[in-house]
Amino acid sequence: MQHYSMNLKLKIWRQKNINDQGHFEEYDVNNISSEMSFLEMIDVLNERLISEGSDSIAFDHDCREGICGMCSMVINGQPHGPWKGTTTCQLHMRAFKDGDQITIEPFRANAFPVVKDLMVSRTAFDRIIQAGGYISVNTGNAVDGNTLPIDKDMADESFAAAACIGCGACVAACKNASAMLFVSAKVSHLALLPQGAPERKQRVVSMIAQMDKEGFGSCTNTYACEAECPKEISVLNIARLNREYLNANLSGQ
Amino acid sequence: MALTGIFLVVFLVVHCYVNANVFFPNAEENFNRAAHFMGSNLLIRITEIGLFAGFILHIFQGYQLEIKNRASRKSRYAVTAGNKTSKWYSRSMAILGTLILLFLIIHLAHFWVPSRFGGLDEVYYDGEKFHNLYLKMKNTFAAPWVVIVYVLGCISLSWHLLHGVQSAAQTLGWTNKKYFPMIRNIGIVFSILVPLIFALMPLALYFGLQLDLENITLLF
Repeated sequence: MQHYSMNLKLKIWRQKNINDQGHFEEYDVNNISSEMSFLEMIDVLNERLISEGSDSIAFDHDCREGICGMCSMVINGQPHGPWKGTTTCQLHMRAFKDGDQITIEPFRANAFPVVKDLMVSRTAFDRIIQAGGYISVNTGNAVDGNTLPIDKDMADESFAAAACIGCGACVAACKNASAMLFVSAKVSHLALLPQGAPERKQRVVSMIAQMDKEGFGSCTNTYACEAECPKEISVLNIARLNREYLNANLSGQ
Repeated sequence: MALTGIFLVVFLVVHCYVNANVFFPNAEENFNRAAHFMGSNLLIRITEIGLFAGFILHIFQGYQLEIKNRASRKSRYAVTAGNKTSKWYSRSMAILGTLILLFLIIHLAHFWVPSRFGGLDEVYYDGEKFHNLYLKMKNTFAAPWVVIVYVLGCISLSWHLLHGVQSAAQTLGWTNKKYFPMIRNIGIVFSILVPLIFALMPLALYFGLQLDLENITLLF
């Protein structure tokens, strides 16, 4: 692929703290390499802002290899930007061309309050996991790999759901700010495995109750979540979540 | 939403089936007899109460859901992905539903109110008295604006169902890897076919078209 450099106009959301109203500010960045990642481009801008003595742009990031789920940002209306199945940190500047204007906003949802600039608090997800997204086992040595036979299809489907990194792009993309794709992935990956069976019914009821408490919207099946998910989690997990919830309620859980 | 939606889908099938009489020979008598049956059978009258309850619940829950969901994101995005990530009609169920509601009010005022509270001419078949709902329909659809409103109502219904059918199945947890494509296709066929048959009714009456079954030879 041809390497090139570009000049860009950025429109970035600035917000001092959780109580601030927030506003957009415009920045010109020049000589950006097409080989850079999107976050490196913001690093370049931040270096400049710091050297000018102004406040740098706060954004979340950690591993920068697409697996930790920390990076966020809505880039030109799309969580994690224009590339499919890609986190912001893995989005490269070759997705843009010279002269582009890029609007960068934080994930917006009542349940994800903006902490500063592009950083949002996603602790609502942590509380949903705490409500039941785990299995209770006595610690000790790991069991031998093949002592518990698991159907290959089940294992694969469970693994596909477990690929969820909990970044919150599904909530950011959903017009209702619904967390159903996240919760469905977390419920599915345990519901499909024998290890998840003992707490299966109680888990789904508790996690949904916590999800509702956090102020997420309700799912209306527009499937924007699946389209934006960097791990391409299937919306069929949402159908499974609905089944699990119905079954648990019907059996009096 | 899903349960009442599926219930209303079943109603559409029945409504469509009964009304399809207008396309066939001897439309007037057959249609009036069918309408009489629907209006006089006790079981159907009880179901009618359930139908109204279904409509009211579906409409009420729909608006409640829309209000809750809009309130879940107080600060709006400056730029949205729009049609890149989801279908416009899946995001517009409340607006499409409102259009259908407006249509429904007109539709009930046209036919249901006179059927139940009087105002229809009478007609005799084999010495038995029937309401001539067919004549009422023929007169109503003589006005071009009514035909246009009905066709637009059916188009709104079509878009609403295109999202609604598969969405209801998803909400009820009926979809999985194996059945999702089939359910989606059933939804597409249903959402085109049923509103199309409904839309053809005012058009057929306006233009005076009828299927000529006399010339079709059946199996026997």
